[in-house]
Amino acid sequence: MNKNRDKKMMANNKKFTGRFQEINIFLVLVVLVISLAILNKRFISIENISNLLRSTSIIGVVAIGMTFVIISGGIDLSVGSVLALSSVIAARLMTSGVPIYLSILISLVTGAIAGLIMGVIIYEAEVPPFIVTLAGLVVFRGIAMLLTSAKKIIGLPVSFTHFAVVKVLGLPAMAIVWLLLIAIGVVVARFTVFGRNIFAIGSNQEAARLSGINIRASIYKVYALCGFTSAIAGVLMAARLAGGSPSAGSGYELDAIAATVLGGTSLTGGIGGVFGTFFGTMIIATISNGGNLMGINPFVLEIIVGVLIVLAVVFDHIPKRSGTKLKIKTEE
Amino acid sequence: MVLENQEIVRIEGIYKEFPGVLALDNIDYQIYEGQIHGLVGENGAGKSTLIKILTGALQPTNGEIFVNGKKVAINDPIDAQNLQIGAVYQDLTVAKDLTVAENFFLGQIPKNRFGFVDWKKTVNKTAEVLRELNIDVDPNMILNKLTAAQKEMVLIAKQYFKKYRVVIFDEPTALLTSKDTEELFRAIRKLKKEGVGIIYISHRIEEIFEICDTVTVLRDGKKIACMPVSETNLDDLISRMVGRDVSDMYSISHQDLSKEIFRVESFSKTGAFRNINFDVHSGEIFGIFGLVNSGTAKIVRAIYGAEPFEQGNLYIDSKKVRINSPLSAVANGIGFLPEDKKTEGLATKLSVRHNINLSSYLTISRLGFVNRKIENTNAQEQVKALNIKTPGIEQIVMNLSGGNQQKVILAKWLVNRCKIFIFEEPTAGIDVGAKEEIYKILEILINNGSAIIIISSYLPELMGIADRITVIYEGTQMETLSRNKFDEKRLLQLASGVNFNEKNER
Repeated sequence: MNKNRDKKMMANNKKFTGRFQEINIFLVLVVLVISLAILNKRFISIENISNLLRSTSIIGVVAIGMTFVIISGGIDLSVGSVLALSSVIAARLMTSGVPIYLSILISLVTGAIAGLIMGVIIYEAEVPPFIVTLAGLVVFRGIAMLLTSAKKIIGLPVSFTHFAVVKVLGLPAMAIVWLLLIAIGVVVARFTVFGRNIFAIGSNQEAARLSGINIRASIYKVYALCGFTSAIAGVLMAARLAGGSPSAGSGYELDAIAATVLGGTSLTGGIGGVFGTFFGTMIIATISNGGNLMGINPFVLEIIVGVLIVLAVVFDHIPKRSGTKLKIKTEE
Repeated sequence: MVLENQEIVRIEGIYKEFPGVLALDNIDYQIYEGQIHGLVGENGAGKSTLIKILTGALQPTNGEIFVNGKKVAINDPIDAQNLQIGAVYQDLTVAKDLTVAENFFLGQIPKNRFGFVDWKKTVNKTAEVLRELNIDVDPNMILNKLTAAQKEMVLIAKQYFKKYRVVIFDEPTALLTSKDTEELFRAIRKLKKEGVGIIYISHRIEEIFEICDTVTVLRDGKKIACMPVSETNLDDLISRMVGRDVSDMYSISHQDLSKEIFRVESFSKTGAFRNINFDVHSGEIFGIFGLVNSGTAKIVRAIYGAEPFEQGNLYIDSKKVRINSPLSAVANGIGFLPEDKKTEGLATKLSVRHNINLSSYLTISRLGFVNRKIENTNAQEQVKALNIKTPGIEQIVMNLSGGNQQKVILAKWLVNRCKIFIFEEPTAGIDVGAKEEIYKILEILINNGSAIIIISSYLPELMGIADRITVIYEGTQMETLSRNKFDEKRLLQLASGVNFNEKNER
C-alpha cells in the first residue's frame, strides 16, 4: 500500500518534471530573446538574427548527431575531429579538380565511415564509448593534420564557398541546412524504428537485447549517423572558411554535449530529443550573441552558459534522486 | 563442544505484517554462544524477513528482541552492528577494487602520527587474523581477484576480526564448489569455537545436518519446529518444510495436451548444464524446477539465445530451428520474461506504449517508419485486455507496480504474437493479488494454444500451475514428473540431489 502511494507520488513528480523540462527550455529561450530584443533593438534585426543562425548552424548540426548518440546511452567525443577530417578531405578533393558534389559526397561518406568504425569497436570489443571516441578525437585530428601537413587548404571553387553567404527565402543557406536537418532529426527520433530502438537501448540495453532488438545494427548506425552529421558540419565549415582547416572544430564536442544536455537529453540515455537540442543550441548562441551586442565581457557569458548547463542537469537529476530514495524505502 | 551455553540473542513473539501478508507469525528464536542454529523453509517461508529484522533492515510489527537478556530495539543496520550482529550475504557487500586489508578496515583505517594511513599496521593485523583462521589469502590482494570462496572467507574473517557475537550466513554455499564448501565449514566451525552464535540458512538441506546443532523450520511465517539436528533426519525435515495444501490458489483449468510445438534436444554447455531434453505441447505449462544456482536460468537463457550453448537442437512445430540470439528467438515466436523485470525486462524510462511495442516495431513499420496508429492501438488493447493499471499508455513504466510491469512485458510478447513463452520466476516480487492475475493470464495463454515454460524455485506455485515438472540439480536433468505424479517431497529431494528411490513411491 505504502509502496503504491510512493509510486504514485513518484509518477506525478516525474510527469510534472518531464513536461516541465521541455517547456522550460523553450521558455528560457523565449524569455531570453524577448529580453534581449527589449534591451537592444539591434538584436531583433533580420540582419542579426540571420547572422546568429548562420554562425550557429555548424555546431547545431554537430549537436544533432550527438543527441542521437547520447540518447542511445553513449557519447561521441570525436565530432570535432571528424568535422575537421571531412572538411579537409572535401577541400583537398575540390582543389584537385574533383567535381564539387562528388567531393562533398566522398567527404560525407568518410565521416560516416569514421563513425561506423568507432561504433564497431564500441559494440564488438565492448570498449566504453568515452574511450573509443576519445581515441577517435586524437586519431582523426591526426589524420587531418597528416593529410594537410597541418596547413589550411585554400583555393576552393567560388561556387562552393559562395554557399556560406547565399540566402534562400531571406535565410542563410547554412541555417536552412541546419533547420532541415533538425526537422529530419525530429522525424527520425520520433517516427522511425531506428529512433524507437535507440531510446530503448539508452534506457536499458539488456532489456532491449532480450526483446529482440538488433543492438549491433543500432549501435553501428548511431555512431555512423553522428559521424555523418559531423561531416556535414565539416563541409559547411569548409564553405565558411573558404578552405579546409585541419584544426577546425576543436572543442566542438563539449559545445555539442552542452547544447544536447541543456536541451533536456539525459546523459544516462533513454530520454531526450532533437527539438530540445535545437533550443539548447539556440540558447547558448543567443546568450553569446546578445551579450556581445550589449558589450558584456565574453568570459562572463561563458560563466552564464556554464551555470545554465549545471541547472539543466540539476533539473534532470531531481526526479531521479528522489526516485532512488523511494526505491530504497520500498525495497525494504 | 563449547560448554553450554549462554544465550546471546532471544527473539520473542515476533510478528511482521506486510500489506495483505503476515510474513512472520509469532516467532520465537534463540541464539546461543558457540551454537550453529539452522534456519530452513521454502522460499517465502519468512527466513529472510526474520534475518532482516535481526540486522535492522526491517522493523517487526510486534514482538521483542533481547540481547544478553536486555531488551533492545534494532532500528537500523548500525544498531545491529553495535549489538555485534553481523551477516555474510551472498551479494558480498564489499569494495571489490580494494585490497583484502583495506576491506578489513573499511571506514576505520589506522593512521600514523602524521595522519597518513598506517599501511604496515593495516596489513599486519589483517594477515594475523587470516592466519588465525587458517585462510590462505594475501592481505594485499585486490578482492575482485579472489575466487567466490576466498571472498566469502575474507568476509567471515572480517566478522571474526570485528568480534561479532552473532554471525548470519545466508545461503553461503550457493556459489561454492563442494571443496570450497568444506573450507567454509572449517571457518564457520572456527567461529563457533570462539563462542560466536551462528545462524545458518541454506537450501541445501544436507548441509544442515553437516554443520548445525539446532534447526528451526519455518513455513508460511510460522515456526513449525525447533529441535536439535540429532533428533531429525532429511526426510522428516523436508516433510515439515512442506506440509501444506497447495491446490487451492492455483486454479488453472488445464488443457488436454495436443500437439508438440517445442522440443529441446540434448542441450549442453560445459560447466553449466548437460544433456537437457524436453518437449512442450500446445496448451501446456511446463515447469523447470531447481534450487538457487542449479542452472535452470542458464538453460532457458541458452534456449532463448541470450547465452551461448555448445550442443543441442531446438525444434518448433517439429522443424529444426537455429536460435543464436534473442533476435532469432523473437523471430521464431518465442517470448522471454526475465526474473528481474527492471534490469532486464523493461526500458523503465520509456512509456507503456513504447515498451508494449518494443519487440514489434519491425512488423508495424513501413520503410522504417513506425505506424503510430497501430502502435497506439496495440498498447491500448493490451492495457485493456491484461487490465494493466496505468493512467494511460504514455505513462513511464518505472511508475507502475511490479505486477503491472510484468503485464507490460507479457503484453510485449502478445503484441508480437508469440506462441512460446519462457517465464523466469514469473511471480517473484509481486503481491498476491497480482499473482492471481498473472495465473489467470497464463490460463488464457494456454487456452489459446500457447506453450509455456516456467522456471521457478518456488515449488508450491510450480506444482499448482504446471502440467509437468522437470527437476534440475547442478545442471543435470533428474527426472520429469507429470501432474498426477507431483509430490512435493519427491521434487525437493530430486532438486537437492538426493536420489534415494523409495520403492513404495514407484
